[in-house]
Amino acid sequence: MLSKQAIAKIDRELSKYPADQRRAAVMSALRIAQVEHGWLSKEAIADVAAYLGIPDIAALEVASFYNMYELEAVGKYKLTVCTNISCMLRDAEGIVEHLEHKLGVHCGETTADGKFTLREGECMGACGGAPLLLINNHEMREFLTPEKVDVMLEELN
Amino acid sequence: MSGSFNQVCFRTVGLPNPASLKTYRSVGGYEVLKRIITEKIPAAEIIAEIKLSGLRGRGGAGFPTGLKWTFMPRNYDGEKYLVCNSDEGEPGTFKDRDILRYNPHQIIEGMAIGAYTMGVKTAYNYIHGEIWAEYEIFERALDEARVAGLLGDNILGTDFTFNLYAHHGYGAYICGEETALIESIEGKKGQPRFKPPFPATYGVFGKPSTINNTETFASVPYILQHGGQNFLDLGVANSGGTKLFSISGHVEKPCNVEVNMGMPFPELLALAGGVWKGRKLKAVIPGGSSVPVVPADIMMQCTMDYDSIVKVGGSMLGAGSVIVMDETTDMVKTLDRLSYFYYEESCGQCTPCREGTGWLWRVVRRIAEGKGRMEDLDLLTDVSNNISGRTICALGDAAATPVLSFIKHFRPEFEYYIEHGRSMLKA
Ligand SMILES: Cc1cc2nc3c(=O)[nH]c(=O)nc-3n(C[C@H](O)[C@H](O)[C@H](O)COP(=O)(O)O)c2cc1C
Ligand code: SF4
Ligand code: FES
Repeated sequence: MLSKQAIAKIDRELSKYPADQRRAAVMSALRIAQVEHGWLSKEAIADVAAYLGIPDIAALEVASFYNMYELEAVGKYKLTVCTNISCMLRDAEGIVEHLEHKLGVHCGETTADGKFTLREGECMGACGGAPLLLINNHEMREFLTPEKVDVMLEELN
Repeated sequence: MSGSFNQVCFRTVGLPNPASLKTYRSVGGYEVLKRIITEKIPAAEIIAEIKLSGLRGRGGAGFPTGLKWTFMPRNYDGEKYLVCNSDEGEPGTFKDRDILRYNPHQIIEGMAIGAYTMGVKTAYNYIHGEIWAEYEIFERALDEARVAGLLGDNILGTDFTFNLYAHHGYGAYICGEETALIESIEGKKGQPRFKPPFPATYGVFGKPSTINNTETFASVPYILQHGGQNFLDLGVANSGGTKLFSISGHVEKPCNVEVNMGMPFPELLALAGGVWKGRKLKAVIPGGSSVPVVPADIMMQCTMDYDSIVKVGGSMLGAGSVIVMDETTDMVKTLDRLSYFYYEESCGQCTPCREGTGWLWRVVRRIAEGKGRMEDLDLLTDVSNNISGRTICALGDAAATPVLSFIKHFRPEFEYYIEHGRSMLKA
């Protein structure tokens, strides 16, 4: 079920497009649903599709094409470290290793307490702040060092 | 002529609340739009000024903007769309993000002028998924402009109506390609379309559309305020104006700078504090990960403009994304990472790209793991050549370019890996 607040947000997105192009709001509607639930279950995707009046498969296709949607449950905090070239040159690998060590998981995995999921990501268009990561897609932390990572983990814990 | 900084797109950088309408107005913002729509300046006059300025698309391909704007059918009745490409995801590129967060109103004004010129009423700015904070800043700037009567119906009491909306991406490099971006606005997978038809005929929702990069639009108000000749004179032959350069990698201070086109590369490097840790320069990718890598000695001879990077550097200016690599850089590992990127981001529509990018990455990975064979180098060249020119969009070529140029310039490093199973840098 989409909450009232989610529907209000989706309606605002819908107002950006012609009335006969409700499908255009599917990316933001999925994002809004994901922010609410943490990830996109089949039901959540179907709810979004129903609200927009598009086939489930059309919404599912979009949810599986774009990297920032989660089709399986993730930890409370998803940490995505950019490891592309500009970040790699400034030791993003060291940040990944530090996180793996601190959290006791490999990239792609979630901690046993369900708190953290660790990911590698592609260029985030912010290479000047390398190395960097995203918390739950929307909050960026730049100029990382192992010490800053420790402070961040404290803060989230 | 490398005197001035932050003169065009970065006019508000360094001022308090740079993104606010008040600050933008304090540098003369929206004055040009007001003059154009109240005096009803003819579209042909605006296009002539843009052509004179020498402005070329800042998204990477460098297509002349004034010419592109003439492709829109002027007398088409029905919806037409204007699109801003802020889907900046080419590794090494982070300039549009700074325009969005420090000077969003200049993008809005540039788009409004474009819309007036091409007879467009509705536009979208497609913003890269990973920069949520900038998306929100842009949304706030749109709200501010609406309240001030700078967007919407009858702008500033004239008969000019223009609506602009932000569309947020969610993680797909390929959506930077203009037709994939259009598909994505429509709420579909970001898969590039066959061209022709081009967007000017069949774009957003099947309607005539024009798409330009963020920096391109943000340059427009300056050009019409100071004149095309003024902008042209800021640069050098074939490269009018200023350019934002994103400098990343092994420098002391990674940064964006806006400088006159034609600045000698060593001066640009110095603006980023030079190569970090007192090390020597090994190589530079001057225009984002999709352009050929240039060895240090050649790069030091280049000036930062479209012609020099091609003729002297054997590469391309691209989006002005300068990735700096010092003497400790392992070129095999670096290519491994880039090849993985293109494999991961291929949309999968064309067989040569889908299969080829995977093949390239697996072979480079094999070499990086010390399991390569000498024949692999020819194989990589072969596979690369078989992708180039056989695909719907330029991502296929973009995947082949680093492979070909890394092997061309750093072949001994690859051979050493193959012979010894490890990097020659650790020898
Ligand atoms: C794989 C690929 C990625 C691209 N990414 C971007 C991008 O992030 N930003 C951009 O402005 N143009 C990008 N482009 C170029 C666009 O297709 C298009 O040429 C450009 O937005 C036109 O604007 P301009 O003429 O102002 O440069 C990309 C092209 C390809 C093939
Ligand atoms: S070249 Fe690659 S990314 Fe471009 S359309 Fe073909 S498969 Fe998709
Ligand atoms: S390479 Fe990491 S943000 Fe661009």
